[in-house]
Amino acid sequence: MTDELNFEGWSCPLPLRDYPNIVMGHGGGGKLSAELVEHLFLPAFKNPTLQALGDSSVLEVLGGRLAFSTDSFVVQPLFFPGGSIGDLAVNGTVNDLAMSGATPLYLSAGFIIEEGLSVAALHKIVEDMAVAARKAGVMLVTGDTKVVEKGHGDGIYINTSGIGLIPNGVNIAPNRAKPGDVVIVSGTLGDHGMAIMSVREGLEFETTIASDSAALNGLVEVMLEITSDIHVLRDPTRGGVAATLNEIAKTSQVGISLDERKIPVKPEVAAACELLGMDPLHVANEGKLIAIVPQHSADKLLEGMRKHPHGEGAVVIGAVVAQHPGVVVAKTGIGGTRVVDMQIGEQLPRIC
Amino acid sequence: MCLAVPGQVKLIYEVGDMRMGKVDFSGIQKEVCLAYLPDIQVGDYVIVHVGFAITKLDEKSALETLALFQEIGLLEEELDFKV
Amino acid sequence: MKYLSEFRDENLAKSMLDEIRRVTTRKWAIMEVCGGQTHSIIRNGIDQLLPSEIELIHGPGCPVCVTPLEMIDKALLIASRPEVIFCSFGDMLRVPGSSKDLFRVKSEGGDVRIVYSPLDALKLARENPTKEVVFFGIGFETTAPANAMTVFQAKQQGLKNFSMLVSHVLVPPAIEAILNSPHNRVQGFLAAGHVCSVMGYWQYEPLAEKYKAPIVVTGFEPLDVLEGIRRTILQLEAGRAEVENAYERAVNHEGNVAAQNLLKQVFDVTDQKWRGIGLIPASGWKLGESYRDFDAAIKFAVHDIQTQESDLCHSGEVLQGMLKPNECPAFGKECTPRKPLGATMVSSEGACAAYYQNGRFIKLEVVRK
Repeated sequence: MTDELNFEGWSCPLPLRDYPNIVMGHGGGGKLSAELVEHLFLPAFKNPTLQALGDSSVLEVLGGRLAFSTDSFVVQPLFFPGGSIGDLAVNGTVNDLAMSGATPLYLSAGFIIEEGLSVAALHKIVEDMAVAARKAGVMLVTGDTKVVEKGHGDGIYINTSGIGLIPNGVNIAPNRAKPGDVVIVSGTLGDHGMAIMSVREGLEFETTIASDSAALNGLVEVMLEITSDIHVLRDPTRGGVAATLNEIAKTSQVGISLDERKIPVKPEVAAACELLGMDPLHVANEGKLIAIVPQHSADKLLEGMRKHPHGEGAVVIGAVVAQHPGVVVAKTGIGGTRVVDMQIGEQLPRIC
Repeated sequence: MCLAVPGQVKLIYEVGDMRMGKVDFSGIQKEVCLAYLPDIQVGDYVIVHVGFAITKLDEKSALETLALFQEIGLLEEELDFKV
Repeated sequence: MKYLSEFRDENLAKSMLDEIRRVTTRKWAIMEVCGGQTHSIIRNGIDQLLPSEIELIHGPGCPVCVTPLEMIDKALLIASRPEVIFCSFGDMLRVPGSSKDLFRVKSEGGDVRIVYSPLDALKLARENPTKEVVFFGIGFETTAPANAMTVFQAKQQGLKNFSMLVSHVLVPPAIEAILNSPHNRVQGFLAAGHVCSVMGYWQYEPLAEKYKAPIVVTGFEPLDVLEGIRRTILQLEAGRAEVENAYERAVNHEGNVAAQNLLKQVFDVTDQKWRGIGLIPASGWKLGESYRDFDAAIKFAVHDIQTQESDLCHSGEVLQGMLKPNECPAFGKECTPRKPLGATMVSSEGACAAYYQNGRFIKLEVVRK
């Protein structure tokens, strides 16, 4: 039974009318998520900072610039090959801040814990957060804990928010991609998403694939030392590289052209994707970044990135073009072309 | 309709009265039902669809097919046929 | 990946395309039967790379697309029941029924779970004895052996809380229906490789002879698809109409006899409705009498389903190759993958979704080397 809803007050009711309730796809990082932001959240909280839709927001404060970001972590299972919700909770927000070029400084953490979670599990998660925070050089300075009744929380949900300082002269934003720029990815794609798949009920498989969860602020610092003229930085999490590049293409009103043969994917990740019928371009990453930089800086940046543990596999995967603005196109392995679109909701395994 | 992937049989065992196996796909291992391939041996390649091996992959045939494709490649070079 | 990557080689693909161009002298219309082949063609850009004389017509080989609307509606009703754990392949979750899809049922509280294999659903039944586990058993002949073995095992193990909602479709009757149709333009077929791994290809010989159409068993990787096209063109150019096997590493004439034996034991042939096309006699499989207790349609006694297809949806014509997705008036407007009107826009290998996701409504410059 659905109540009759009055959509008159909303700016564009049509897309949301299809689903009167929130469905899982709304959290997938694809088109459904984007619509929720565009048609429900943005109109309510109208302000130019939010409208920029960066990974973190840039705020003018006391003559300097702060980056401010928040992220919530609802991953199942809580522990997976290569990490836990704890690692993600710290690295995720650190990375969002680093994608504005900021030096991440302080984090908050809010815990919503389901009644019945073992204290040992909570301890492990918090330990993981502490280790991740130390590695990233950030301090957790404030927090909150709530407990909800059994059946209402998937074990634990964590929200982290963070602030960082953006150095002068650094101007990184999703609308700064220019035709002629080069698209760099810092390493192999799809590791995290397939690590999660490998332990997901109904789909399990044995593998050495581990999540790539990592704090990227160190790598970004190295990159900014080489050149401060970096146009866009994004970490391709839910929805994968496809979602991120589509967002950048639309925000910057440019086209992006990829070469599929250059896309780095570990053989096991490629095999897992084949098995489940998934495309690595749509699979989540938690320790990788996309950098869009002027062509003349590319070689120096690649050299510098490859010396850093989180940038060893850095490669150019494509370029920004003036044609087909807002659309991402890929040259296929056999020389054809195809458009790389965002997924609708989450990517689902298929048999066909 | 038929997303099926080739993999190599690494282990064969019984679960109840069903013949099962561990099949390796470039480092990924999955449990697969081998009931429809009673003669399959460890080391053979199979094609797997929704957790079932539906046919053995004939490696000799695969190599012959690739050789045929190589021949076509050479033929095209000789003819130097370009549109 | 071994025995996969080699069949995606760029240089071999280029020479294959050159060879196809060399031997094609006239216009030909070829249908690839299998949705997996459609997906591969669009995903790799093969349709753009072929000479313009060759028209690829996309066939109805997408089980997700052709599952009858009544069956989807039955699934939605069963999945909504509180005592049911409803298991399905991922493909089916967003297929629109008359008023909603399985995702919506999940959001309304239904226990809907994605599984990779029907055996995973069996496992859930053993682990959840107080729940009724139902598996949505859709597919062509490729998937039928997996579903058959699962039901067979359920019976062997005496499970009381497992059942399957079966909707299987068969390829040869569909090909015959297409060839029989007065509007048919298809001159040659790429038969579905993995269907033939199970069933062999002896069933196609009488069809090739009766309708004078070449039928070439074809695989899914780019080189396999190109080879299937090459052999079909050679036959058409020479006026031959035979069944050929271009996927020899995975297909032989008889098919998998062990699988076929169990299929005969578990399933009976039945007349089957194909969504968007209509009733094709003897074109489906249902569970046989001795498996009544495992038939979810009987167990949950879902009757009197009133179905309601969208008036704007032309998926039937697309499935029969009479309309290209981007020729449908609703394509990209009322009908997108985000809000699909018909199943061909939902399934990742439905022709409409393949066209949309790979931007076939955007004019791109195709660079030919």
